Amino acid sequence: MEKLQCQCGHVNPPGTKLCESCGRSLTEKEQNSKLVDMRYEGTARRSQTYNKSIIDKVWNFFSSVKVGVGIIVFLLVAAAIGTILPQKAFVPANTEATIKDYYADTYGVVGQIYHALGFHDLYSSFWFIILVGMLAISLIIASLDRFVPLYKSLKNQRVLRHPSFMGKQRIYAEGPGAEDTLKKAEEKLTELKYKVRTDKNGLLAEKGRFSRWGPYVNHIGLIIFLFGVMLRMMPGFYIDESLWIREGETRAIPEVPGYYLENKNFELENYSGEGGEEIFGEALDRVGTVAKNYQTDIVLYKKKEDALPGAVDGQEVVKEYPIRVNQPLKFDGYAIYQMDFRLDELKAMTFSFINKETEDSFGELTIDLIDPKKDYELDNGYSVKLIGYYPDFSGFENGEPQTATPLPNNPGFLVKLFTPETPEGETSFITIQNTVEPLGENDYKLAFQSVETRDVSGLTVRKDSTLPILGLGGLIFMIGVAQGMYFNHRRFWIQQKTDGTILLAGHTNKNWFGLKKDLNQVVEYASLPAYTDQQDEIDKQEKAEKEGEVLS
Amino acid sequence: MTLAEISSNLLYVAFVAYLIATFIFGGAVKGNKEGTFKSESRWGKVAITITLIGFAANLGYFFTRWGATGHAPLSNMFEFTTAFGMTLVGGFIILYFLYKTPVLGMIVLPVALLIIAFASMFPSEVSPLIPALQTNWLAIHVSTVVIAEGILAISAAAGLIYLLKVVDLTKKSKQRMGLEAIMYSLVLVLGFVIASSFFSLTGYEAEFTYVDKEAKDAAVTYTMPPIFGMNEYVALTDDAMTPLVEMPAIVHAGKLTTVTWSILFGTVLYWLIRLVFRKRIAAILKPFVKNVNIQLMDEIGYRAVIIGFPVFTLGALIFAMIWAQIAWSRFWGWDPKEVWALITWLFYAAYLHLRLGKGWQGEKSAWLAVLGFIIIMFNLVAVNLIIAGLHSYA
Amino acid sequence: MDEKGKQKKNSKKRKRAVMRTTILAILIAAIGYTIYNSATAEDVTVLKVGDKAPNFALVDLEGNDHKLSDYEGQGVFLNFWGTWCKPCAKEMPAMDRQYEVFSNEGVQVLAVNIAQSDFEVQSFADQYGLSFPVVIDKTKSVMTAYNIRPLPTTVLVNPEGNIQRIITGEMTEQDIEGFMEEIKPD
Repeated sequence: MEKLQCQCGHVNPPGTKLCESCGRSLTEKEQNSKLVDMRYEGTARRSQTYNKSIIDKVWNFFSSVKVGVGIIVFLLVAAAIGTILPQKAFVPANTEATIKDYYADTYGVVGQIYHALGFHDLYSSFWFIILVGMLAISLIIASLDRFVPLYKSLKNQRVLRHPSFMGKQRIYAEGPGAEDTLKKAEEKLTELKYKVRTDKNGLLAEKGRFSRWGPYVNHIGLIIFLFGVMLRMMPGFYIDESLWIREGETRAIPEVPGYYLENKNFELENYSGEGGEEIFGEALDRVGTVAKNYQTDIVLYKKKEDALPGAVDGQEVVKEYPIRVNQPLKFDGYAIYQMDFRLDELKAMTFSFINKETEDSFGELTIDLIDPKKDYELDNGYSVKLIGYYPDFSGFENGEPQTATPLPNNPGFLVKLFTPETPEGETSFITIQNTVEPLGENDYKLAFQSVETRDVSGLTVRKDSTLPILGLGGLIFMIGVAQGMYFNHRRFWIQQKTDGTILLAGHTNKNWFGLKKDLNQVVEYASLPAYTDQQDEIDKQEKAEKEGEVLS
Repeated sequence: MTLAEISSNLLYVAFVAYLIATFIFGGAVKGNKEGTFKSESRWGKVAITITLIGFAANLGYFFTRWGATGHAPLSNMFEFTTAFGMTLVGGFIILYFLYKTPVLGMIVLPVALLIIAFASMFPSEVSPLIPALQTNWLAIHVSTVVIAEGILAISAAAGLIYLLKVVDLTKKSKQRMGLEAIMYSLVLVLGFVIASSFFSLTGYEAEFTYVDKEAKDAAVTYTMPPIFGMNEYVALTDDAMTPLVEMPAIVHAGKLTTVTWSILFGTVLYWLIRLVFRKRIAAILKPFVKNVNIQLMDEIGYRAVIIGFPVFTLGALIFAMIWAQIAWSRFWGWDPKEVWALITWLFYAAYLHLRLGKGWQGEKSAWLAVLGFIIIMFNLVAVNLIIAGLHSYA
Repeated sequence: MDEKGKQKKNSKKRKRAVMRTTILAILIAAIGYTIYNSATAEDVTVLKVGDKAPNFALVDLEGNDHKLSDYEGQGVFLNFWGTWCKPCAKEMPAMDRQYEVFSNEGVQVLAVNIAQSDFEVQSFADQYGLSFPVVIDKTKSVMTAYNIRPLPTTVLVNPEGNIQRIITGEMTEQDIEGFMEEIKPD
């Protein structure tokens, strides 16, 4: 492509629509149109200029608005489809195979297709990431391609434009003027906070040029945001662990070296509908119980400077804090959230030592299920010795009681009961449901009395080092959109010909209503000729033509 | 009278005021036969005054309810949807004072009425907040969203007026069908309101047990006669109507029944209207937009998006992410509501790019604006009621 | 166009091609890396073979302190276990027999129980007659430091104090013998 030389002598880069210097239309299309296309000031979008190598072609592809919007629409449709069926994180299956089966079994063929195309895990599927990546490329390239020439063009704009340029602006006026018209217009425009430049017989008044940079600023914000999202996937930037911790336990916090958490108490509170809550009575009657608070009272410990993991007394208290929903515990870049809970796990069981025949009790004993003792002495020479403890009794294997987990879900005890009458002791195996006497019939037994329970709190441990980057991206984006959308770039060109005729043209990137309001003041003050909105004229003409067609 | 009662009475006042104002706006526009705009401006003034009174009552409802419950009334379907109706009217009032456009009121007010009526079909008693909602972010996030959606909906109203004016209703075309489809779906909302009110006034209720898709036993209460039965349903109510068809477990037949009744009522209503007026609803409205300046409607539509888009970004994405980080430990979890907020945002981003970059103004832009409103309504209605997620508080 | 102009144009063209290629390459690399990260996100492990084994201090059933650093110069056979874990119980006797053989050759066995009660651990040790020290990780801090997920997991620490090998799952007596041989000091 060749460079374009305008009649005024200025040499423009190929692809330019309006001469960078005087504003004359350079293409045939522009010359024939009633209004000039002022997007990007009629400059050549860089990509359109060169289209030779593959790299240029790829570049141009991403530079196109059509492609950018296409990617947006693809993302939008994909995301919408992704909400039709639940994502894999929300289905009751964990392994790849069972997840696949779940979709097929529950949703039939649709589910199978959904799974095969990756919609079940849409947001980590490779094609979705590629689409987002393409959007990022498009953001960068399209912005670069438009920002650079626009910046140059607005920086170098001349005061005097060719009458043909002015005549093709949407707001246009031509008419007689007085000697001081230009001066008065300048006064009024300055008063309206316009930056006014004059040159010979003309002036250029401009306001809010920075709003033109809004789109590029917000695109920068988006790119920073996407960069943060990318970093988040790298190891080390992001931690997401869950920690189930029982009342009374102290646990090392997973992925948080050197810190420990003690759960002192978990509390679940429901709305009572009484007292100050009476107003909620009707709603509570309808839905049943509504939770008011989930809270874990914790103590945060930190490993002492030189202490090793596991060392007793190697920890010091950092703080005590009630973790509640919406009030996570924060320390050292980490945050711990109240996410879940389980109520009433067994903690201790109390038994009564009785004679099976007479049912006389010889005292009670409590076995701590978390840290059981070996010997339990009762009065008058009665005692119990714990021989084996199986917190989650699951049956016998080779005559040996087994435990399925370390949690006291179904505690089993192998005990020996001693009385003054039976100093040898009687062996019995006790579970919640029944008692087995493996070594023959006993005279005494432990009768179940009561249990103590404790709650388990489900906490989530998070660290997200990308939050400041994401926040910065969001902030810049907001500045960019506010800059671009809440401010307008308004310009007026006024020229006075030697015979005193005034030419006036106005342009704004949006809000023509506001532009006209400004202009009305100037017109009145400086007695400028009345202007027309040429877009209205065109519309009226089109309408008339249309009606004409209908009539004929 | 308790504060909560005052609050609901104020909402009635607002509703009635909007209803009256709608007709006066319509009269103002229609009365402007000679195009002098004199009667339009005189009746417009009356109508806007009534709208303002209604809006004041609406605000009164909002803040007295806030006072009564101790939290911003934005916590469930009824409260959010009512607030949406309110911001829609608020947005219209601002634009009325900027552009003096009674015709906008004639479209926005009935839509706001429809939205408020729709809201009232949901349980409206004051309810306590679950722990996740007990924070100032409820007021900050949801109010920003509801304001943004109100403003964006104005753009759709302007778009609709634009389309009513430019689409040729005398010839068969895709545009004419699209426009009538919009009208039809508005009537369907009315159908839902009528069906719900009718069955709730007659006190219809039928209980069933069924087997859900995880093969667990569950119970359901129908408030409308069951057309569709849940998977392996068993009636608990003696005189309940026997469902005509039993649905598989993945379809919630109760909701499907509600939708079907709404469509039935809405469709009957639609054809009644067509029979009475002997023309399409769009054609009934056409004379009202005779004197509309479409250039102005295009600009209002565009400005509403331009004002609403940054507010929407702030409320529905940024504030949402900050709150989600605090309450749920992650700023983004691909919850359906979150995804649909993103879809809405992407859609308006596409709108802006098409308009700025590809010169999609006028009619194309108007269609997009209407589509945007449909997406917003989908997020409000379908995502809350059909696609369950963390946000389904209703 | 004159020679000079042509040259200028060519150099500009080259510059443009280089710049565009670079930008595109960086962006595509970033996307590729992101996909790679997202695909491998789930199998990130904190500890790797060759890393320095994190030091710790735990107390055994007799009340003696055991620090990993106490055994520098020896191979340490670090076995994480629980009484409920059947494979753990199965490999214990074999470990005990091999300990008899290798303890004189500078291999130490430390069986780290995961946060169970003294009673349970003591009964287990008594039942199997374990002769190597059994320590209890009451706060799961050592488990966390070593990022132990399934049980049993055995971490072999060589005489230099580095991780030689990480074994998840049950080991046969032959395995155990080979592993102890591996970390035996020269």
